[in-house]
Amino acid sequence: MSAVSSTVALFSKDVRSELRTRYALNALLMFVVTAVATILFALRADQPSPTVLSGMYWVVVFFTAMSSLSRIFVSEEERGTTLTLQLVASPSTVYFGKLLFNTALTVSLTLAVTVLYTLVFSEFFIIQTPSIFFVTVFLGSLGFASAATIIAAIVAKANTRGTLYPVLSFPILIVLLMTVMNATARALEGEDFSEAMGDFQILVGYILVMTGGSFLLFDYVWKD
Amino acid sequence: MNDITLTINGIGQEFNRRTIFRDLTFTISSGGSLALTGKNGSGKSTLIKILSGLLTPTKGTVAYTVKGTKVLPDDIKSAIGLVSPYLQLYDEFTGLENLMILSSIRSNGSLTTGRAEALLDRFGLAARRHDFVRGYSSGMKQRLKYAFALLHAPGVLLLDEPTSNLDAEGIEIVQQVVVEQGKAGILILATNDEGEAKWCSRRFQVA
Amino acid sequence: MRFVKYGSLGIISFIVIAGLGIPLSPSPQSWLEFPVIPGLEDKARNLFFHVPMAWTSVLGFLVSTYFGFRYLRTKEIDYDFKSVSAAGLGLLFCILATVTGALWARFNWGSFWSWDPRQTSIFILLLIYGAYFALRSAIESDEKRASLSAVYSIIGGLTAPFFIFVMPRMMSGLHPGAKEDAGGKGPLFESKMLAPNMRVLFYLSLIGFTLLFVWMLQMRIRTARLEYESSRELSER
Repeated sequence: MSAVSSTVALFSKDVRSELRTRYALNALLMFVVTAVATILFALRADQPSPTVLSGMYWVVVFFTAMSSLSRIFVSEEERGTTLTLQLVASPSTVYFGKLLFNTALTVSLTLAVTVLYTLVFSEFFIIQTPSIFFVTVFLGSLGFASAATIIAAIVAKANTRGTLYPVLSFPILIVLLMTVMNATARALEGEDFSEAMGDFQILVGYILVMTGGSFLLFDYVWKD
Repeated sequence: MNDITLTINGIGQEFNRRTIFRDLTFTISSGGSLALTGKNGSGKSTLIKILSGLLTPTKGTVAYTVKGTKVLPDDIKSAIGLVSPYLQLYDEFTGLENLMILSSIRSNGSLTTGRAEALLDRFGLAARRHDFVRGYSSGMKQRLKYAFALLHAPGVLLLDEPTSNLDAEGIEIVQQVVVEQGKAGILILATNDEGEAKWCSRRFQVA
Repeated sequence: MRFVKYGSLGIISFIVIAGLGIPLSPSPQSWLEFPVIPGLEDKARNLFFHVPMAWTSVLGFLVSTYFGFRYLRTKEIDYDFKSVSAAGLGLLFCILATVTGALWARFNWGSFWSWDPRQTSIFILLLIYGAYFALRSAIESDEKRASLSAVYSIIGGLTAPFFIFVMPRMMSGLHPGAKEDAGGKGPLFESKMLAPNMRVLFYLSLIGFTLLFVWMLQMRIRTARLEYESSRELSER
């Protein structure tokens, strides 16, 4: 039980820190707003197909995630608190605490994008099968967070942090991206829930494999 | 304090194709204090890191025994207090918050606000305990690190450059801590300063 | 090792000559004639090169990840030499496979690139290799470089089953073996269109490329070891 309370304590530390400094949240919001605005100007009166819409949605999510998800480890490294954490918390506590935080961040992100899209593109961003959409977004967020967290841990230990994070994350995330784009397009087109089961299976498999693998490998990244 | 014995055997550390030190061996038990000495770059900080369980040495073994039973480095972390220039605390939280939060993550048994405040008081930070660490001077940050290290009455106290950034008053407090810990548990400090080295009963030259 | 070296060179030269030289004929009589496969004809020769290259690039990745894993367990730097050497070769063959694949695509299906699942897979592999080397160049300490790149290649390897097996089944594509093909390996293998002599040549090519990989790997490992030892001696002084 103490392992769980440790993890929750670390998670709440990160949440409190974030609420005070607002680094990641600000970056997130700015990015999403700018991205959606750009798309709005690009589209003008045109009406994109569900495939394009779904693609646009996840492109915004992907790049916004890339700008903010690496912070959780990089900030510790930059401020010299990595040693502190290594001393007080076990590697699994650190991993799950950070994973929880990234998941919360990604879920907030996808929520923000969904809200913005529904408002800004109200004429054609119509989710015809909400059940598919929300399950996809939820599973997609989990998948994103699980892959992004281990890559963030890796990048924090390297030197050039800026562009390295998207370069490392993209190949790992392609499978996830293609699947969620597929499923989201289905949701927009109004397909039946059962049609998306194949996609959901892939997503769940991805989440399990990524989380499990990351957890086992985290020690080698975190510990010197 | 538990009866802890620390034994290192044949410790060697290489980093980036360079050997920092090789074949270090010593043993120390509760009630002992040890000063690690050596010139700059001899690897004192690295050795401290190895002793705290945060770095695995390239060669050799580090063994902790508590009351005769061997304990893994991962498990001994909860009994270790570390003060080091490489260890920082959180800027965006207050001194008191730092102690409470880090303690809850460590989950070592609950820390009461009272005890945390008493500790801050001992190190002269009582007046600034509700201020953000961002606003602390480097001397105050050092004092806070001590409060953090002593939070859970550690059996092993490791001090890397014990009095860096401290004024005369701070140095006095640290000396008291060193003497107390040396009697009750294990104390190891790494220093270039002759005076500090003399606070300890034993000495060990790193390279 | 001499066997490997000459064996690989010998086999590959043979394949190049035979694969490109043996003429097609509508009803092959002797061993020295390939059948005409409708739709493919001369383009079928690509089979002898493109597929073994793709195979070698995957082999490189697997070997690299395996040695990376061994490094994590033992922390012996020699495993890192093996890992990065294999990865370098894997990258080389991946580029070759992508190029030969694109050529094949151009002549068979009209355009160099069409994002069919197998093309996407090789593209992802290329990206993973690129990311692997980008990561390595961003780390100064040998030990950290070895651990982090090993972890990354394992993570990349974990996604591999997804983009190699799952996705092509789910998406339709141009490659043989995609959803619309009833068979597993596509028309060339399923039907008897692949004549015995072509089959022999193909498997021979696989062996030849594998031997080539082993030989080049050995050379690269030895070079890496020498470079490490010499730079160690310099800094010890």
